[in-house]
Amino acid sequence: MNVFLKAKNLNFSYINEMEEPPVKTEVLKGINLEIKKGEFVAVLGHNGSGKSTLAKCFNAINIPESGEVTVDGMDTKDENNLLPIRQQVGMVFQNPDNQIVATIVEEDVAFALENMGVEPAMIRKRVDEALKTVDMYEYRRHAPHKLSGGQKQRVAIAGIIAMRPDCILLDEPTAMLDPKGRAEVLKTIKMLNRENGITIVLITHYMEEAAQADRVVVIDDGEIVMDNTPKKVFSQVETLKNLGLDVPQVTELAYGLKKAGYDISTEIISEEECAAAVARLLEARLLEARS
Amino acid sequence: MLKDITIGQYFPGNSPVHRMDPRVKLVLTMAFIVMLFMSSSFYGLLVGIVYTFMAFAASRIPFKMMFKSLKPIIPIIIFTAILNILFVRTGDVLWQLGFIRITQQGIHTAVFMVVRIVCLIVGTSLLTYTSSPIELTDAIERLLSPLKKLKVPVHELAMMMTIALRFIPTLIEETDKIMSAQKARGADMETGSIIKRARALIPILIPLFVSSFRRAEELALAMECRCYHGGEGRTRMKQMKTSAVDYVSIVITAAFIGAVVVINILV
Repeated sequence: MNVFLKAKNLNFSYINEMEEPPVKTEVLKGINLEIKKGEFVAVLGHNGSGKSTLAKCFNAINIPESGEVTVDGMDTKDENNLLPIRQQVGMVFQNPDNQIVATIVEEDVAFALENMGVEPAMIRKRVDEALKTVDMYEYRRHAPHKLSGGQKQRVAIAGIIAMRPDCILLDEPTAMLDPKGRAEVLKTIKMLNRENGITIVLITHYMEEAAQADRVVVIDDGEIVMDNTPKKVFSQVETLKNLGLDVPQVTELAYGLKKAGYDISTEIISEEECAAAVARLLEARLLEARS
Repeated sequence: MLKDITIGQYFPGNSPVHRMDPRVKLVLTMAFIVMLFMSSSFYGLLVGIVYTFMAFAASRIPFKMMFKSLKPIIPIIIFTAILNILFVRTGDVLWQLGFIRITQQGIHTAVFMVVRIVCLIVGTSLLTYTSSPIELTDAIERLLSPLKKLKVPVHELAMMMTIALRFIPTLIEETDKIMSAQKARGADMETGSIIKRARALIPILIPLFVSSFRRAEELALAMECRCYHGGEGRTRMKQMKTSAVDYVSIVITAAFIGAVVVINILV
């Protein structure tokens, strides 16, 4: 599979010009990251670790201070690549209220296509398709402020997929939602990845969500500290705790059992796996007691 | 409670008036206003009244909405009537007490002005009853688009109006939340003098302002992420098309204006 998003020795700083002399805060320090087409990558890190800044480097909102970021081979530094990059790499933000532009759902989904100058008949078709994909078609004539948080976020996602991007960056899309809305959005994200082959970069604070990705990247203080499959990353419970991060509840349980001397794998990230492993432990005990 | 406020009450429907091109509706509404101000006699106004009723009937909006639209301007209507009765001093004197003199001409003018204002409000409210705010903004953008050549930022203005409309409910909701939060901390907004109550609004307005700026920044970013780069090269999903309904309405309106002109000449 070919590399789609690529960061090479990426450095980025915010400069606060209000201060005298201007204060420079280094946010990203020498990031090297390659994301392949069709991958589902979760990015973890505590607040201020630089994960949102990194995501914004991938759709040319942030331009690297030094180093290079390419999207499907296009350099983000080149102004001419700006619109093609933003069309290929869509971005969904945390607060659904602050990213919906129009007063009617379908008008909002059409917004990006109108900006791209797509033919009206074609816009109509793609808007309907996008709304059906996120299962919001019957709400197309509704006012966004009357929808629930999860529904609003799905409308925001529809607004992005109408552009037919190859990749979607999601910056804590579930942080402001209730458990039901969170489940709806995550289901949509996974479906887009599996069925439509869209590359997903999901920034999240919820370890259960990260556990469902193909790959987990952990960022701390502007540097990548871990980059592996969810199982391998979450099994390092101590390291993650030291970085101020959590692990999924089931991983923590397995870790606790292991520490207490039970023979259990720590590479457990789903409830089913955990239940099976615990059942095996109990069975072994039962057999032991019988003999 | 604040949530229930609606701006530019729109009644979705599928009547001929709803189906009209909003651009035509906007222009015809302006023509209607001109028609009302052109009429110099009661006969002319009668034409305006008939026109208003016809348009209302065609829109299938319940007639009681006519009175609802008039409610907020009742004080203005009464004020206009009293002013005209008291200050028009020509014509036959009907009743006099000290310097107050009521003349036939005064009553005539008062009634005339009241009928004109009522027609004006009822007729123009039909525009907002039958077209959504977004349709109106779009119509204004398209009608004013020739001004782009004069470097008037038509697209930007329309975009600003759309975003304002979009954020009114969101900000109202937020105001509600901030008010509850301040009340929970003991803020008193319902008692005291007007000055005291106005001052109590400051702790509501400041957080509202700060959060609006944050929203603005995020929205701008989200718009950029969706390839927004101003009005250049932008297409629209909804095309505006004039159809038979529009042509018929234009002809009818022209006929009514013609009638007013003829009446003005004859009477």
